[in-house]
Amino acid sequence: MRAKPLAGSPFGGRPTSAREYGPGLSLLLVAPLVLLLVGGFLYPVGKLFWGSIFVPEATFANYGRILQEPLFLLVLWRTFEIAFVVTALALLLGYPVALAMARVSGRTAILIAACVLVPLWTSVLVRSYAWIVLLQRNGVVNNALIETGLTETPLRLLYTQGAVIAAMTQVLLPFMILPIYSVVRNIPDDLVRAARNLGAGSLQAFFRVTVPLSLPGVTAGVLITFILSLGFYITPALVGGPGTLMMSTLIGQQTTELLDWPFAGALAAVLLAATLLLVIFFRRALALNKGFKLG
Amino acid sequence: MANADLVLAERAVREKGHIASNTAALLAAVPIGLILFFLLLPTLIVIPMSVGTSPYIEFPPRGLTFKWYEAYFSDPDWMAATWFSLRIAVATTFTATVIGTLAAVALVRGRLPAKEYLQALTLAPLIVPHIVIAVSLYLFFAPLGLVGNFYGFVIAHSMLAVPYVVITVSAALQRFDPNLELAALNCGATRVQAFFHIVLPNILPGVAAGAVFAFLASFDEATVAFFISGIEGKTITRKMFEDIDFNLTPVIAAVSTVLTLVSLVLMSTIEIARRRSDHGRRE
Repeated sequence: MRAKPLAGSPFGGRPTSAREYGPGLSLLLVAPLVLLLVGGFLYPVGKLFWGSIFVPEATFANYGRILQEPLFLLVLWRTFEIAFVVTALALLLGYPVALAMARVSGRTAILIAACVLVPLWTSVLVRSYAWIVLLQRNGVVNNALIETGLTETPLRLLYTQGAVIAAMTQVLLPFMILPIYSVVRNIPDDLVRAARNLGAGSLQAFFRVTVPLSLPGVTAGVLITFILSLGFYITPALVGGPGTLMMSTLIGQQTTELLDWPFAGALAAVLLAATLLLVIFFRRALALNKGFKLG
Repeated sequence: MANADLVLAERAVREKGHIASNTAALLAAVPIGLILFFLLLPTLIVIPMSVGTSPYIEFPPRGLTFKWYEAYFSDPDWMAATWFSLRIAVATTFTATVIGTLAAVALVRGRLPAKEYLQALTLAPLIVPHIVIAVSLYLFFAPLGLVGNFYGFVIAHSMLAVPYVVITVSAALQRFDPNLELAALNCGATRVQAFFHIVLPNILPGVAAGAVFAFLASFDEATVAFFISGIEGKTITRKMFEDIDFNLTPVIAAVSTVLTLVSLVLMSTIEIARRRSDHGRRE
């Protein structure tokens, strides 16, 4: 008998007792991991949050500042706005690709898979740099616009909200496509054919059979993309400007330029709280999907 | 008679559907092609950039030259950053793979208290935004002298990479039949002997995939590296970040092409190996 993975957990179900490692040995095996994660992750993050409240003295002033200063409220709002637009665009562009990837076979399937996986495997830094090359004043896009006569003077594309949204959509698109693909691939063709035989048109069959059955993948893709967008740093830091400050870039600025790390800690706590709330609230939908390379 | 009518009717529907789906496929091919172009363009564009002659970013490039690659390989700053990144990535691969494999064995096969919490803790570095981890580590490392330090980087990157190892090794362990190990134990092997002679060879593809993920999780990592790099000890990603902001030359395109090639070669190897083993299992 083979041990079958339990749905929803990447670690599988409970093994039978005779094949288990004893508690002493198990603790010994897992101890280095716990040491690494407590020392290199929990303690430093906890220390940052502790500092945001108790340094120099116990106060919630740092959190109050986020809510009182219009600039910070604007950044908070903009972060959610950009994450929302990026997620919506990724869904709009990603759904047809996922569907096509699941429907075709042979060489076309490999070609589409390569088009989705190659960008996923390219470093986020390289892709953000590529977007600068594309969007800068004398960049590829501006040159193309001038040559086709759509504009006479180069447009200011880089460091705008549009640039951040375009680049983030491209960077995060595979995280939308892959979960949808993994669900759509497993919808039996028979169901659509049955709907057609019962008199449904192709559009009707699509909207009443394929779309509802693909929803688990859509939910997972939307959540992963939204959560990653909320905390994304590299792309907004390189492609965005002072007018497109997001939570992540504001945290970076407060730490490196203004050296106000208790305030950076408060901002980080807000960002983390938003992320964790989404993850905990939707953990069932997210468990569908694991092991992708996160940015 | 009625049956024949039904068959004919069904065939008609199917043929109509076939024609409709063919036109739909052709109509869909254009927008899907455009979306795939949008996906691929930023990866592909750095290659012609890196072989153009002009010192300014220019597309399409006018002449063909490898001088930006020469500039990269002969610049001591770039080379120092590259070696620093490589040393960190190799050390990270080793620590993350060993720690992650041991932990995966305990998490899949062991009797552990509070297992769910341990699993959640393991996945946490994947979920928590990297900027939060980066700032936390910077403030933690600075007073300890671990900023810009090899060991500081190995701790940080091992922590970021270890979830990938635990995930891939756990998946491999679930496909492994524990009866094989039981048989070895019954034949008189110790737990350690059974692990190294029976379990490890069987889960090796999962361990190898985890090791490759760990290497890339370190080598390509940019956010944490940006914050915990120093003036002396900086990674290739931090150096790229600085040069993009202050000194945008085609050398960056050359470095980008090299980085992309490293990722693509490693990841395609895993993907091809995975597809082959899937194929083998089905037959």
